[in-house]
Amino acid sequence: MAAQMDGATAILTVEGLEALLQAIQAHGYRTIGPILQDQAILYGDVSSTNDLPRGWTDEQDGGRYRLMRRGDDALFGYSVGPHSWKKYLHAPKLRLWTAERRGDDISVAPEPQPDDRLAFIGVRACEIRAIEIQDRTLVGDLYADPHYKALRERALIVAVNCGQAGGTCFCASMQAGPRVKQGFDIALTELLDGDEHLFLVETGSDEGRVLMASIAHRAASEDEIEAAEGVIERTESSMGRDMRSDDLNELLMSNLEHPRWDEVATRCLTCANCTLVCPTCFCTSVEDVSDLTGERAERWRRWDSCFTMDFSYIHGGSVRASAKSRYRQWMTHKLATWIDQFGSSGCVGCGRCITWCPVGIDITEEVRAIRGCDASAEEPQ
Amino acid sequence: MPQTLEACAPPLHPMAPRMTPVTRFIRESEEVFTFDLAPERAMPFAPGQFNMLYAFGVGEIPISISGDSKAPERLTHTIRAVGPVSAALGRLKAGDRIGLRGPFGAGWPIDAYRGFDVLLIAGGIGLAPLRPVIYWLLRHRAAYGRVGVLYGARAPDDLIFRGELDEWRRTPDFQLRVAVERAGPEWMGDVGYVTPLLSKLRFDPADTVAMICGPEVMIRATALTLEDAGVADSRIFVSMERNMKCAIGHCGHCQFGPLFICKDGPVHSYDRLRNLLACREL
Repeated sequence: MAAQMDGATAILTVEGLEALLQAIQAHGYRTIGPILQDQAILYGDVSSTNDLPRGWTDEQDGGRYRLMRRGDDALFGYSVGPHSWKKYLHAPKLRLWTAERRGDDISVAPEPQPDDRLAFIGVRACEIRAIEIQDRTLVGDLYADPHYKALRERALIVAVNCGQAGGTCFCASMQAGPRVKQGFDIALTELLDGDEHLFLVETGSDEGRVLMASIAHRAASEDEIEAAEGVIERTESSMGRDMRSDDLNELLMSNLEHPRWDEVATRCLTCANCTLVCPTCFCTSVEDVSDLTGERAERWRRWDSCFTMDFSYIHGGSVRASAKSRYRQWMTHKLATWIDQFGSSGCVGCGRCITWCPVGIDITEEVRAIRGCDASAEEPQ
Repeated sequence: MPQTLEACAPPLHPMAPRMTPVTRFIRESEEVFTFDLAPERAMPFAPGQFNMLYAFGVGEIPISISGDSKAPERLTHTIRAVGPVSAALGRLKAGDRIGLRGPFGAGWPIDAYRGFDVLLIAGGIGLAPLRPVIYWLLRHRAAYGRVGVLYGARAPDDLIFRGELDEWRRTPDFQLRVAVERAGPEWMGDVGYVTPLLSKLRFDPADTVAMICGPEVMIRATALTLEDAGVADSRIFVSMERNMKCAIGHCGHCQFGPLFICKDGPVHSYDRLRNLLACREL
């Protein structure tokens, strides 16, 4: 039973999944996964499968998110919620260092690097892509963020192939899902058939194989492998949104003065929700603070958003004072200039920016509007 | 070797400043001041690169190095007090310590243009990031063709590096024109913007490299004038300013289209900037 799994697929029952969670914890990991909280499916600490949102799903559309009961006991039967794993790897608020003045001497002590071992349970294909995109920015560039790097190197990823597409999902358009192809230690596909509730398991790393070898499981049958394929194919063919993505850099950058930017600015509240829920948005600001004695100072880093006025402030005023320019910055960065900067789109098609926009602005719709009336295309070459 | 270094001094967080003493403080004008820092070890830098300077408990700002790259044991910065951090830096005196990170970014490619005529066009505090190029040119004068410097300021009282301006004016084969926007009768120099003065300089456009630093409106006008005069856009270099919180390409604030001003710049060739500069609020 405890044989080495080499690329083979295995089957776990719900009890088997429980054993897997316990094994992961026994390996020294803090297990984090989907939990029901604040009328949404968020990410938080989970100690057992009982903490997972059993039997719940969500209904999503532009500016709309509702939890609903499913007719079964699915543990991963929802689409992604407002949280993403960046809240763990790229903390919303982080002290970077503390400085202390003693007489004429000032010492600066960087915040110690974390040694937490985080296990992410239920990571979707689009989210793995998002983590890889943040890796490129925060570790794979000129400078590495030591905090992110330390957590990321130790993180364990238990992925889940999506059993359904959400109303705002378009990962298929971004070639980011729904099938989990890489970047995981263990990947699950939830199989629900009448009373049967199973998980097809693939391993993607040595650690994943060691973990699976430590718990009771059985080999998957041909039928079960086929059933899992069917789940992924159904999800892929039922995306709530779609967006042509092969030409976005050229399309958007040759339409920087398109009238649609003015139009979307009449709806956009510049609230920054889209940037906060986006799993790849990485922008931060720093806050330098000191205590009342003036002898101790700290620097904190916190998530920031290109939708704020302060973001582009230089002496004399903000470079991007209008809502139009700030929406344009966000969307052109995400879909176009990101490619120049980091070699890929910054969008994974998770749909969070659509769902969590208070006025339901839909990035796929905005692209369609610009494409439908491509100002640059009308000019003779 | 790296292991030994790590063993004796754990690598600093890239956002953690090194506290560094101020060794000299000079007031240039009512708003502008210059100070030198003496880092523990010489910090080699290229003309046009910048440092992040941290005023204890107040904050950190990007400031170009205005001193001589030949003497990296002394880091000179020239700053205009316009915000809380620059104002706090303006209250420093010799012996005080501030936080230093750097040097960052891509500088002026002066070394790559030996043999060319060189034009430097500065507006206001924009002369500070170009001063290291002037030092370079004076030291390697024979390696370059004609050299011309245009410097514009609001009023005679706002001029910086005044003693050096007089020296440079007396230097043979060194064309310097200084213009102010408004002046009293005692002002003997040019009045107005710097761009019209380009026609007063001798240079061969086909063999000229130009470097511009100043307000964006001045950058646009100057680059257009240079192009009209026949200087190729790929040989016009511009130092850009944007909000900057990290200088290491992580905070996202300094983006200008596809460019990160902190790591791709601050100096860029104009052929990469033209379309971006043409778009308002980009």
